[in-house]
Amino acid sequence: MQRIPTLEPMVPAGAEPRMRLRFLALIERNFALIKRYIGWEVVFVFYNIVNALCIAFIGVTQGKGHVLYLVIGALIWGFLSLLFHELAEQVQWERWEGTIEYSFMAPMHRLTYLLGNCFYAVVYGVLRSALLLGVLVLFLGLSLKGANIAGALVVLVVSGLSFIGLGLIAAILPVLSTEKGAQASHIFQAVILLISGVYYEVDVLPAWIRSLSVASPATYTLRAIRAALLEGASFKELAPTILLLAGIGIVLIPVGFAVFSLAERWAKRTGKLKRSG
Amino acid sequence: MQPIISCRDVHKTFNGGILKRKKPVHALAGINFDVRSGECFGLIGPNGSGKSTLIRVLSTLLYPDQGQAHVCGFDVVRKPYRVRELISRVSVDAAFFKKLSAWENLRYSARLYGVPLRIARQRALDVLAELGFSARRFNDSMEDLSRGMQQKVAVARALINRPQVLLLDEPTTGLDPRSKREVEAYIQRLRNQTDLTIFLTTHDMYEAEHLCDRVAIIDKGRIVALDTPKMLKRILARKRGSDHVSLEDVFLELTHKEWVDAEGDDDGD
Repeated sequence: MQRIPTLEPMVPAGAEPRMRLRFLALIERNFALIKRYIGWEVVFVFYNIVNALCIAFIGVTQGKGHVLYLVIGALIWGFLSLLFHELAEQVQWERWEGTIEYSFMAPMHRLTYLLGNCFYAVVYGVLRSALLLGVLVLFLGLSLKGANIAGALVVLVVSGLSFIGLGLIAAILPVLSTEKGAQASHIFQAVILLISGVYYEVDVLPAWIRSLSVASPATYTLRAIRAALLEGASFKELAPTILLLAGIGIVLIPVGFAVFSLAERWAKRTGKLKRSG
Repeated sequence: MQPIISCRDVHKTFNGGILKRKKPVHALAGINFDVRSGECFGLIGPNGSGKSTLIRVLSTLLYPDQGQAHVCGFDVVRKPYRVRELISRVSVDAAFFKKLSAWENLRYSARLYGVPLRIARQRALDVLAELGFSARRFNDSMEDLSRGMQQKVAVARALINRPQVLLLDEPTTGLDPRSKREVEAYIQRLRNQTDLTIFLTTHDMYEAEHLCDRVAIIDKGRIVALDTPKMLKRILARKRGSDHVSLEDVFLELTHKEWVDAEGDDDGD
């Protein structure tokens, strides 16, 4: 019998060479999508830059010392909110396209799938933030003399862990509801913006909201990065905050994964992975 | 010999949402069957009869409420990872990232399954060539491809990881006659010339009769008949005392639905 060459021989599962680093699938796919939606990308980046410039110019009206304070807020919030947003967005996108069933049918551990999206979000966030920083420096002629830039970067990277954890929790929302999930994640994001002292000290908040700011990792991130860049705080001075942020991240990532797994099980019980959109 | 797919008393009910505003739907109400190795097994039934629900259970995408389903001896709930290594699926709606090209979508699948890209590309091009898909369109975005072409890419995607079981959920529904015939001919070749086990759901009686070794008819979540197309027709012919019985007659007799009504049902599959 003549056999179909493309399927000859049928290889038993596991006998074929398998590629490692499967999480690269998510990174490559997401960057390919950016390339295809380049028009949207230009609009988002443009809006992001103009928004940050407006905030910075408010600082100019308040006196020179306020500019860097607000610029740090705009930059850090831009990075952290992007991490958070992208994780929910990727799941949402797959639900609209109907590909989530195919991604979840692949023999890939769910943690690999989620970490692939996280890794992409970090790389993408760093690129966008670097571009934003470049433009702000160009317009405002910012000086970072005496700043502990390395310390600020360490704080940023470590705080990324806790935001990945929060992003994993937010990523369950589009699993629960295609139509309302991503929108609900914006509410979550907005509350963090309000309580974390992104553009003001948390001391100005009413007492009941201020107590919430203790729970937000962004509060500690911003405080530590401002200390490093505005006051030149040393690594020794930053160490307690770095350890705290690392601790929050170490707790939040497994919690985020566990919550996502629960949501996936719920979706498989109720049939919610089915295409919608 | 151990069956490749086996279902025992599989039940699935959708409860109508958290607020229970909709009536519960009993999508699967005690499904039992076995599929043999290398067989092309057909499942036919009206819309809403439970075909796609069953495919989702076998694909590890849906938990049954009760009963057990096994693929190659692995329980689909307890050993989903092992099952996923062995199966692939083509669904009625070719789900892709529409802005990405055919190759970008296939490349994503290849990476998910850990298939080296060079091998994946060659496999995909070979399958697509046999399906009559021009290699020139390989880098075109999916939204620029016709429905038939998209479905051919879906078939190529399903074969990129060399599965042992291919789940085809109405793969030719909505295709133009030429594409339909090309996909059917390819399934026929897979059936005749490989060891692949094929599980095919369809509305098309011609497909069921010509592609499948055995056919099960499902209605309201229950399998109401299971045999070779020839035997199913013979049983009804004997009952009616007539030689001129088609598989469609068998379908209509057993599901008690007019074909037009069945087609017009809300898609609750």
